[in-house]
Amino acid sequence: MLDKVTKQKLVVIGNGMAGIRTVEALLERAPDLYDITVFGSEPYGNYNRILLSPVLAGEKTVDDIMLNTVDWYEDNNITLRKGETISMIDRRTCEVVTDAGDRVPYDRLLIATGSNPIMLPLPGKELPGVIGFRDIYDVDRMIKASTNYRNAVVIGGGLLGLEAANGLMKRGMNVTVVHLLDTLMERQLDPVAGGLLRKSLEERGMVFKMPAQTQAILGEDRVTGVRFGDGTELAADLVVMAVGIRPNFELAKKAGLYCERGIVVSDTMQTYDGRIYAVGECVQHRRQTYGLVAPLFDQAKVCANHLAMKGFATYDGSVTSTKLKVTGIDLFSAGDFAPGPDKEEIVLQDANRGVYKRIILKDKKIVGAVLYGDTIDGPWYFQHLRDGTDVSHMRERLVFGAANLGDGGVNGQNSVAAMSDETEICGCNGVCKGAIVKAISEKKLFTLDDVRAHTKASSSCGSCTGLVEQVLAFTLGGDYSAAPKVKPLCKCTDHSHDDVRRVIVEQQLKTIPAVMRFMEWKTLNGCHSCRPALNYYLLATWPGEYRDDQQSRFINERVHANIQKDGTYSVVPRMWGGVTTPSELRAIADVAEKFNIPTVKVTGGQRIDLLGVKKEDLPAVWADLNDAGMVSGHAYAKGLRTVKTCVGSEWCRFGTQDSTGLGVKLEKFMWGSWTPAKVKLGVSGCPRNCAEATCKDVGVVCVDSGYEIHFAGAAGLHIKGTEFLTKVETEDETLEVIVALTQLYREEGWYLERMYKWCDRVGLEQIRKRVVDDIANRKALFARFAHSQQFAQTDPWAERASRGVDRNEFAPLAELELA
Amino acid sequence: MTSWIEIGALDDIPRLGSRVVRTPSGNIAVFRTESDEVFALDDRCPHKGGPLSQGIVHNKRVTCPLHNFVIELANGQAVAPDEGCTHTHPAKVENGVVWLSVRQAAAVS
Repeated sequence: MLDKVTKQKLVVIGNGMAGIRTVEALLERAPDLYDITVFGSEPYGNYNRILLSPVLAGEKTVDDIMLNTVDWYEDNNITLRKGETISMIDRRTCEVVTDAGDRVPYDRLLIATGSNPIMLPLPGKELPGVIGFRDIYDVDRMIKASTNYRNAVVIGGGLLGLEAANGLMKRGMNVTVVHLLDTLMERQLDPVAGGLLRKSLEERGMVFKMPAQTQAILGEDRVTGVRFGDGTELAADLVVMAVGIRPNFELAKKAGLYCERGIVVSDTMQTYDGRIYAVGECVQHRRQTYGLVAPLFDQAKVCANHLAMKGFATYDGSVTSTKLKVTGIDLFSAGDFAPGPDKEEIVLQDANRGVYKRIILKDKKIVGAVLYGDTIDGPWYFQHLRDGTDVSHMRERLVFGAANLGDGGVNGQNSVAAMSDETEICGCNGVCKGAIVKAISEKKLFTLDDVRAHTKASSSCGSCTGLVEQVLAFTLGGDYSAAPKVKPLCKCTDHSHDDVRRVIVEQQLKTIPAVMRFMEWKTLNGCHSCRPALNYYLLATWPGEYRDDQQSRFINERVHANIQKDGTYSVVPRMWGGVTTPSELRAIADVAEKFNIPTVKVTGGQRIDLLGVKKEDLPAVWADLNDAGMVSGHAYAKGLRTVKTCVGSEWCRFGTQDSTGLGVKLEKFMWGSWTPAKVKLGVSGCPRNCAEATCKDVGVVCVDSGYEIHFAGAAGLHIKGTEFLTKVETEDETLEVIVALTQLYREEGWYLERMYKWCDRVGLEQIRKRVVDDIANRKALFARFAHSQQFAQTDPWAERASRGVDRNEFAPLAELELA
Repeated sequence: MTSWIEIGALDDIPRLGSRVVRTPSGNIAVFRTESDEVFALDDRCPHKGGPLSQGIVHNKRVTCPLHNFVIELANGQAVAPDEGCTHTHPAKVENGVVWLSVRQAAAVS
């Protein structure tokens, strides 16, 4: 039909991971934009090349590593021409020419030709029995050779060479690894780690000849041996050349596209010919070429965006990490670990345990890490490396890893590799390690998002995210696609929280549809993740102007109560500073009896919770509580929750200040304000800290000479003591600092990001500078908070109980009596 | 035979929102999309029975408030990779009035 005629033609050269990942991403973004034809010279669908080593080692089969079967191409109306090679690109006529002379026209062309193994120009390299290690065909030949022959020589002691050598050894061959340098995997390891690796491979029976230069491959009808630079010879029936890979850009070069070490591409993955894109190992981007899978996926996403004509994403390069896929050997390396004058090193070496860790720091940040023997913390270091976290505050314990910093999640369990399959990883959704591993292998998952979607692990509270990432790394052998450094707000957009907040201000966007239109949202009305976030950002940016969108609120904030598992609600009236009166208690008791409320419970924040209230009863319950002078306790809000206090100087023989009074004052000033995530305060009257103020979002510890203000604590998913912000002398100053701090958080925090995470991201010093040191800024922040409170401090219960707001929300639309 | 019952005015259901219709065999959630289409589903998520009427509506889907299952309004199917299906009922709008036809499921609890 008409569509058919107007559809543009996209031709993809290369049926590997990069090309097909781009096509997949394109189909997600613009399923009907192109007629797609894929050329692949191998006779298969798309498979996971990084898992060839386990296939060689007999730990997986070829079927296990297939990513897209031939059916997938059919289902998506993609023409797959497998076993056909493109011999020429005719840029004048916009056609590609196959080796059989067939000409296929394109509107857009994607080159994803990957790379070739480097074959050293040695005499005898053409002999049968000399092969590279790159595709299924090579693996087949190696497996065959292992059944008929005994002696193998692997040239190259890098990642690929060692994996090949390990596989052949597992297949029963005698394997000698020849390496030019005296350190194995010198691009990823330092000499110490390289030495440990060599030792443990030798213990398994691998033989090394290094440093050694291969001079010739010997044999007449088939390889019989190799000769080295020093004149010695070694018998061999199989020689695997694994000295590296070289981007495969011959085709592009012949077509006159500008190439250096690869096809040179821009940040939108375009070559010098704007119609022609390139992704994967064949490209050179900002002087870098990549041979690992994570960068390819990043590139594929950007390229797909551009092909889908949603041209805002750019590729800024990737930081990569490596893990050797040899079962039983734990090795991890990431970043830059060459010594330098401006770099510092932290080294831990424990010869008996076979553990070696070296963390390289520069400007208080991790720039490189080499781990051997204990790689559990690899992903954790890598995350800090990519995020550029200032690690000075944890420096002394850094080398001992996340568990020793209390950063290991709820159960403190960190050693994923050592866990049994029944060990529960995600406590929220009851997902155990075995289920995650099974989903990753059976459903070919690569990313954290994939795992979340398929297993629900890490999709609720997120505290097990690190563990799930480790399971991914462990199952995929390390080279998985880690969450990108700049995380998009949700799947509906590629923009980050920061981008969205900035654009809302710059462009004066004042409604959710306006933001979605301007920022080219990929979905019609967003989703349950982005809509509440946008609603908050608009509310915080335009107080008094933006009209709160109830339909973009999570149910709890829409009906001002907390939904329970059976669909009933819980109701928590406010008790300022945790102080109540006999008449309030009487009113609560009356309400509980009148509405048959099954459970009455005291909360951790010094309030009373009425559980099991039917939705239609809510307005009447609130009316009764309002009559007794109580208002909403906002126990459901991403906003100010509670101020917990101790009795302080009014009663306590140790109290130094009126902590109860100060708590009440803070709560009266700050109630009703919406924040990125919940905010809980505590005020203790002396350093005995009975109000547990030092694990709150903001805590005050009164001392004889004034008030210590702490913040960024947590006692939930993570246990974290607060950071000391400053000490002031008066209650008024305390209020001013805390309000200013909260306002800064309101303006900068990402939706659902607790204060301690915001502090981690932005940095304590940054915050102190703007809230404590810069007094004019503090006062401006305070004034902005005060301004927004005029519009926020209306009791939502009273509005609904007696003023008829949202009446429709609480009553059924109709009641049917069916026969 | 489809028997239609008038259940109320379209304007009584918020856009990208839902209202509940009570029936002896359980609540039915009636949803209104941004473009004023209406859909009716049993008010029970196939996952753990959460009240879908309380969820956030986006395009022609609703997210269950309990555990974020996403359900297609048109056919009640959970969006992959989640699995499960909620019973649907025919619903239509005529001249601003919403009509519902309650379809008894083979085995409604």
